[in-house]
Amino acid sequence: MTMPSESPTLTASRANWGPMLEVAVREVFELMLSCKLTVPENPTNGILDITAMVGLAGQLCGVMSIQCSHQSAGLMASKMLGVEPEKIGPELCDAFGEICNMVAGNFKNKIAGLSDGCLLSVPTVITGSDYSLHPVSDSAALEVRLLFENKPIVISLQVHS
Amino acid sequence: MNSIQALIVDDSSVMRKIVERSLRQAGVELSKVFEAGNGAEGLAVLAENRVELILCDINMPVMDGLEFVKALAGVENAKGAPVVMITTEGSEAHVVQALSLGARGYIRKPFTPDQVREHVIPLLAVKA
Repeated sequence: MTMPSESPTLTASRANWGPMLEVAVREVFELMLSCKLTVPENPTNGILDITAMVGLAGQLCGVMSIQCSHQSAGLMASKMLGVEPEKIGPELCDAFGEICNMVAGNFKNKIAGLSDGCLLSVPTVITGSDYSLHPVSDSAALEVRLLFENKPIVISLQVHS
Repeated sequence: MNSIQALIVDDSSVMRKIVERSLRQAGVELSKVFEAGNGAEGLAVLAENRVELILCDINMPVMDGLEFVKALAGVENAKGAPVVMITTEGSEAHVVQALSLGARGYIRKPFTPDQVREHVIPLLAVKA
């Protein structure tokens, strides 16, 4: 079986993927959570104990992930649903997974040729921080670090070459 | 505009709530909103209930949105109800396929209530 190879257009546009990923993330938060993300002035450390992941397959193979604290994910869910954070229960993982799904979809739709040539998996949410992601092939990672309500949020795109 | 019954089909319960809220913010008067987690559940709802508007995701387990739209052709309780796809799938091929199967509109996630208004209200106005 042959794997679909990355198109020349995709390879050429890779230099812009970082800014595009940041725009894709910002748009999702502004449109769905009515919230502006900010750029940290200094490298920030914070709790990152929940991760949402969406797989990409086709012309681009990889994993999009978003990490933040459980508390931040709860606040995201409350903003999406328009309810108090205390009232968020099992919807937290659903909402956080959907955010990752929308970021992945929004990102791929911004890249010429990728919209039709790349499919997304359903989201998966992992809780806890004591784990490592080990890509099984040569890969490059794209990472965007932003602040959501002054708390760190890390968006990564692990691309399998 | 009269109050209508709507069906929202999405595997995310959070998205179903957001879509309902966006419809209300867009000025759609909803007398009843039915929810379904996939196309098969949507068809089960339509076996018992008549709706005047259907909003549907594409990527769903069991029965996806495109299969669901295709299956609607023979469903009496969905006759005349415009179907609007709301999905992260921005693929041109999916848009064309959904429209050729009978969908009347397409909204890409993330979306605003204004986009919902822009795509849904004209369809309901034509129907009225």
